[in-house]
Amino acid sequence: MLRGLFQLTWLEIKIFLREPLGAIGTVVIPVVVFLVVGRAMGGRSAAAPASASAAVFLREGLPVLVAIFIALNAVLSLVTIISIYREGGILKRLRATPLRPHAILSAHVLVKLLFTAITLSLMMLAGRRLFPAGINVPYFSFAIAVLICTLAILSMGFVIASLVPTARFAQPIGAVIFYPMFALSGLFVPLEVLPRGLQIVAQMLPLTYVVSLLRGIWTGGAWTAHLGDLAALAVTGVVCVALSSRVFRWE
Amino acid sequence: MRKTYGRIVAVDEVSFDVHEGEIFGLIGPNGAGKTTTMECVEGLRRPDRGTISVLGLDPFRDVYQLQERIGVQLQQAHLQKRIKVWEAAHLWATLYKKPASVGDVLLEQLGLAEKRNAWFMTLSGGQQQRLFIALALINDPQVVFLDELTTGLDPQSRRTIWELVRGIRARGKTVFMTTHLMEEAERLCDLVAIIEQGRIIDIDTPQRLIDRHVPGRTVVLVTQDPLAEERFRALPHADTVSRAGDEFSILGRGDGFVTEVIQCLAEHQMRVSDFRTALPNLEDVFITLTGHSIRD
Repeated sequence: MLRGLFQLTWLEIKIFLREPLGAIGTVVIPVVVFLVVGRAMGGRSAAAPASASAAVFLREGLPVLVAIFIALNAVLSLVTIISIYREGGILKRLRATPLRPHAILSAHVLVKLLFTAITLSLMMLAGRRLFPAGINVPYFSFAIAVLICTLAILSMGFVIASLVPTARFAQPIGAVIFYPMFALSGLFVPLEVLPRGLQIVAQMLPLTYVVSLLRGIWTGGAWTAHLGDLAALAVTGVVCVALSSRVFRWE
Repeated sequence: MRKTYGRIVAVDEVSFDVHEGEIFGLIGPNGAGKTTTMECVEGLRRPDRGTISVLGLDPFRDVYQLQERIGVQLQQAHLQKRIKVWEAAHLWATLYKKPASVGDVLLEQLGLAEKRNAWFMTLSGGQQQRLFIALALINDPQVVFLDELTTGLDPQSRRTIWELVRGIRARGKTVFMTTHLMEEAERLCDLVAIIEQGRIIDIDTPQRLIDRHVPGRTVVLVTQDPLAEERFRALPHADTVSRAGDEFSILGRGDGFVTEVIQCLAEHQMRVSDFRTALPNLEDVFITLTGHSIRD
C-alpha cells in the first residue's frame, strides 16, 4: 500500500500548490519577510547591538522562534485541511477505499513536513549568504531536532483536529491553544524569572521542551544534554497520538 | 440488524436478501435509516446487533477483503476541490492495483473524457456523480452500492444516470441502491424494500407491491355524452365516478376494469375526445402503507 501513500502524497502536494495561497503563503511570504526583517535588524545589530541580551536573542532566540513558528503554521494548516476534508466527506470517501486510515493522514503529514523543510532550508541558505551570524550551526542536528519537534506539535495538532467541530473553527482554536504556550515557553522570558505557579505550568507545556531542545542544538549543545527534552516530547507524541486515534472522527 | 446512535434507534430489526445480478432498492424518506443500513452492509459502520453477510464475508470484520470486491458511492461525499478528474481515476486505479488505463476507459464510458483535466470543484452535480460511479466501478466490483445517486440532479442528468445504472446491471453486477425518489425506484429496481423509521415495512418487486397494496386503476376520459355518468356508475368493477365538466375520473379495481370501460364506450358508441389511464405507482403504495407522502 506504500504506492497508494506516495501517490496520495504527490497528489496532495499538487493540490496544495493549486490553492490560491498555497506555495506563496507557506514558502514565499515567510522567506521574503525573513529577508526584509533580517536586512533591517541584521544591519543594526552588526553596527551597534542595543544590548547584550538583544544580541543573544538575535543569535539564539530568533532562529528558534522562526523554526517553531513555521512548524506551528504547518500544523495549524494541517488542522484546517483535516477539518475541511472531514466536513466535505472527503475523508469518508477516501476511507471507503483500500487506503488504510493512517495512510490518509500520513500523506498530509508528509506534505506539511516537506513544505516546512523547504521553507526552513531556504531561510538557512539565505541567512548564511546574507547575514553571516558568525556561529557554526550544526545544520544536520538542527534539522533532526526540528523534525522531532514538528512531529510532537503535529501530534497535538491531531488531537485538535479530532475535536474541532467545523473547519471554520480549526484555525482560531488551534491558535488559542498554541500561542499561549508560546508565551510561556521560555523563548521570550527566561523561565527562572517567572512566578513559581507559572513555572510549573510552563513545565507542563510541550512547547517549553521544543524551545529548550531547538535552542540547545542550534547553539551547538550535545544531544545527551537534552535527553529530558526528548523524553518529554516523546511522551507528548505517544499520548497525543493515542488520544487522537481514540477520539478522531472521520465524518 | 439493529443500529443505534446514543438513544436514537436508527435501524431496527432490518432484514433482507439481495440476489446476484439484480438492482435492489432501499426506499424511504430522509432519516428513515437507508444510509445507516447501507453503510453497515458496506462495512463502514458496525451494527449493534445482527449478522450481515456480503459475498460470504462479514463486512465489518473483513472490510479490507470486501473492499476489493465492492464499489461504493457515498451520499454527500466529495473529493478534494482541486483534484483533477484523471488524477482521481488514476489514484483509485493504483489503490485497487489496476492499470491506469482502466480509469481512462471508465472516464470515456461515462462521458467524462473531455473533463479529464477539470478540477473536481468545477464539475456539475451530474458530472460529479458520474465520476463517483466511475470510481465505484474501477475495481470491477461484484456489488455496487449507490446511495442517493441522483439527489439534487436535474431531470436530464437523472435519466443519464439511470441508463448508467442499468448498464451496471447489464455487466452482470449486483446493485444495492437507496433513493427517496419513487419514480427512480420504480424504473430501476428489480426488488424494492420500503423502509420507514428504521424498519422495513415491505419487500417485493415494484409491480407486485402496487398490485398488492393499491389494486385500484383510474380511467380518465372526456365525453359530452349525456348518459355517460349513469353508464359508468353501472360498471360492475367501478368504485367511484367523479366528474369535472366533461371530464370523468372512474376509479375501479382488477385487471379487467379498464377493458370494461372500453367495452362500455364501444357498446354505446360514445364519442370520446380524451382517454387515459392513471396507474398507481410506488408513491401510492407508500402513502397506503404509511399514511403520508414520502416528502412529508
